[in-house]
Amino acid sequence: MFSRAKTKLVPVPSKSMIPERDIDKSPILECINLGITLGGLKAVEDFNLTIGRTEIAGLIGPNGAGKTTVFNLLMKVYQPTTGTILLNGRDTHGMDTVQVNKAGIARTFQNIRLFRNLSVVDNVKIAMNNEMRYNMWSAILRLPNYKHEELAAHRKALKLLSIFDMQDMADVRAGSLPYGAQRRLEIVRALATNPSLLLLDEPAAGMNPSETVELMESIRKIHDMFQIAIVLIEHDMNLVMNVCEGICVLNFGHIIAKGTPEDIQSNPAVIEAYLGKQKGAQ
Amino acid sequence: MKRLINLKRIEARRIFITYAIVTLAYIIFQVMSSAGLLSSSMRGMLVPICAYMVMAVSLNLVVGVLGELSLGHAGFMSVGAFSGVAAAVLMQNIIPIAALRLTAAMLVGAAFAALAGFLIGIPVLRLKGDYLAIVTLAFGEIIKSLLNNFYLGVDSGGLHFSMLTDNTRLLEGGRLIIRGPMGISGIQKIATFPAGFALTIIALAIVFNLVNSRMGRSFMAIRDDRIAAESVGIDITKYKMMAFVMSAAIAGAAGCLFAMNYSTIVANKFDFNTSILILVFVVLGGQGNMLGSIIAAAALTILPEKLRSFADYRMLLYAVVLIAVMLGTNNAGIKRFFDKLNPFNRFNNNNKDEDDEAGEAA
Amino acid sequence: MMTFLNFFISGISLGSIYAIIALGYTMVYGIAKMLNFAHGDVIMVGAYVCFYAVSRFKLPPLAGVALAMIVCTFMGIIIERMAYKPLRQAPSLAVLITAIGVSYFLQNTALLLWTSSPKVFPSIIGRGAFKLEFNNFLLQGQLSVSHVIVLTIVTCIIIMLCLTWFTGNTKMGKAMRACSEDKGAAQLMGINVNSTISMTFAIGSGLAAIAGVLLCSAYPTLMPTTGSLPGIKAFTAAVFGGIGSIPGALLGGLLLGVIEIFAKAYISSQLSDAVVFAVLIIVLLVKPAGLLGVQRPEKV
Repeated sequence: MFSRAKTKLVPVPSKSMIPERDIDKSPILECINLGITLGGLKAVEDFNLTIGRTEIAGLIGPNGAGKTTVFNLLMKVYQPTTGTILLNGRDTHGMDTVQVNKAGIARTFQNIRLFRNLSVVDNVKIAMNNEMRYNMWSAILRLPNYKHEELAAHRKALKLLSIFDMQDMADVRAGSLPYGAQRRLEIVRALATNPSLLLLDEPAAGMNPSETVELMESIRKIHDMFQIAIVLIEHDMNLVMNVCEGICVLNFGHIIAKGTPEDIQSNPAVIEAYLGKQKGAQ
Repeated sequence: MKRLINLKRIEARRIFITYAIVTLAYIIFQVMSSAGLLSSSMRGMLVPICAYMVMAVSLNLVVGVLGELSLGHAGFMSVGAFSGVAAAVLMQNIIPIAALRLTAAMLVGAAFAALAGFLIGIPVLRLKGDYLAIVTLAFGEIIKSLLNNFYLGVDSGGLHFSMLTDNTRLLEGGRLIIRGPMGISGIQKIATFPAGFALTIIALAIVFNLVNSRMGRSFMAIRDDRIAAESVGIDITKYKMMAFVMSAAIAGAAGCLFAMNYSTIVANKFDFNTSILILVFVVLGGQGNMLGSIIAAAALTILPEKLRSFADYRMLLYAVVLIAVMLGTNNAGIKRFFDKLNPFNRFNNNNKDEDDEAGEAA
Repeated sequence: MMTFLNFFISGISLGSIYAIIALGYTMVYGIAKMLNFAHGDVIMVGAYVCFYAVSRFKLPPLAGVALAMIVCTFMGIIIERMAYKPLRQAPSLAVLITAIGVSYFLQNTALLLWTSSPKVFPSIIGRGAFKLEFNNFLLQGQLSVSHVIVLTIVTCIIIMLCLTWFTGNTKMGKAMRACSEDKGAAQLMGINVNSTISMTFAIGSGLAAIAGVLLCSAYPTLMPTTGSLPGIKAFTAAVFGGIGSIPGALLGGLLLGVIEIFAKAYISSQLSDAVVFAVLIIVLLVKPAGLLGVQRPEKV
């Protein structure tokens, strides 16, 4: 869907435009006419979006525009009433949250949802549950494969935590972390499921400016390290404009604009949605 | 800056202390018992105390670790008791050594209780919260009703069973094992205190090892935040079922141990009040706190016995103590005092101080 | 056909009693979000008070019922103040255990005061019956409906109508509904949440006294444990109908009563409880929030 102004555009199997480095690859995510009715209200309608394999995209819009609802649809917290979601070219119809996660989407939450009473490292290890193979009896009898896999998981968890310099807090209760650290831990936890698409729901909410700058760096770092696609919902325009390659603007459940940060900044429909119609404007 | 607690070290220490206290208590009571320092009523209570401790640990797996309220745990205890005792009767001639027969009976009891847990879990675990609790209550009552009307006999032609009325039509020399509302009588009392101790240690080991594995982490993840758990690929139903079945199996073994301490056992012994009694152990001892469960189970089993001198007033006093403890432990001031004394705060769900508001405000 | 109708009517009558008890559960749950396990024992206390008023002090039956209601209402308020109010902020399990403690307390106090020997409840309503003769192609024979049954059903209908009017039209009733929706918002609107909760307990306990008298008129054996099983079943009825909903309590109670009587008559009297609970489980699987309950989706 998006492209940087400088990169050469090439046609790909989907209708979208994907930067050159994705030339041989199909998009990771395609939403076709996605829609959901919640309590009689069309919360999201005719949502069409394509995300490239290594794209960072932003989803913005005023409060109540349906941004988080889109995430909930992608994660199958809600089943869409209309439309199709193709993940990696595969129809996710009938999948539940767990299956979608196994298929490669991971998310963070707008209101932090950590496993508060568990330690930081355990929060990450829970997300690695599906890569561990040992069964219940190995755990109860402490068989060698339990010890082996647990050790490997612990090492990997610490390594992931080190992205945000959180390895020293590994044994701290997650609920007692400072707010910013809790948001970062959510990102690490999502990454631990080996996603190919990461959904970040307001990652900078409640952070101070310097933390936000750090977060920006981290998002780029994650993107480069894991070579994954990232979609983020954010109200901090500075972050969105700096990090995202493409932006999609939602208002009242409809997409009102798509394009590069530069396009969006000058788009009259977007300005209207945020600031309201100017009186006497022509 | 808040002092950040190192959970890992605390957890390791807590597990060690739990094993140590249980072992120490066992040695003390065993010595006292063989030196004749225990009254006969106390001696008779040693095995039931162990059974209740194991019940409390197993229920804590569901209530404290998985975070679902179960009000029918006594049902699994009775399934274990009846199947285990029946197995012991059948194996009387095959396994002459009492300790071995008890072990086999407990395994049978655990297996049947696990099966019951699985069958009940299929519908129950689709529900949440209070509705799940009421359905476990309903299943507890159903198990009681069914066992009250169940007849099982054995003769040269094999096992025979019937419901409602005794239609087993046993041949000459056959024996009716389970007699409906009369339950099982003439049980050989082969449960011993060392066996009770062994079962307690095994139950603790199973629960501790499970909690400190990917399964246990998944249980706790479901307890702390079901939606987040799903979003990182935790199959809720599978892990809920695992915890539920394991808890039922342990309860079944405990039920078998309990039954083998008496000569007669009836299904009405394992009613709603028993389920509640076990729940009281878990809540008083602290959800997720195994040592607390064990201490509460022991204390509350001994307490009515010690209050015997108050004769008629003892159950009244028991009720007053229960209310007072609940009011006391949930009073903010008193609680802060105890929190200072108790460094084991891992499972304390009530630590809802400022760090909670951050998450819920958004 | 006649026996079927007879069973049906006694089922409705038993169900009416369950419905009145279930109201107490459902109102308290709706507002305080707690399972008041001591509710069943309040029924028992109400029945005992009425029993002593009528058979010892020779009060007229209506005065006995009124006295029972007054005692239970005050008891409800006292229990709430002493045991539940200090736990408003505590986790729900702690409140549940406290309620169980209160239940034990009431049972054992009753045991001390009135001993465990069962009392035969006096027939304050009379043992008479209405006899209806049918003689048409559908129904043949005599249908005998005792006064107790008629009175029970009528009482239940009156209570339901009063409560519906009360919650819909009075200031206190509206305050109750507001508290059950959102306690915080209600408080901000100037509603005294504490007194509203006390009021709920008072009404629930007063109703429990009526239920106790009706229960013991229909099944005249009175013991300190009389209240527990009907209490559990009425609670089941409340869940059955959708806990927190007043019409739900009525529907759940009636259905449960009818199912129980039919199960006793046509399946097996020993297994009737099992059948009742099995039906509950099936209903909850099909409608996880009960028959008339509203399921609220979790916000993500």
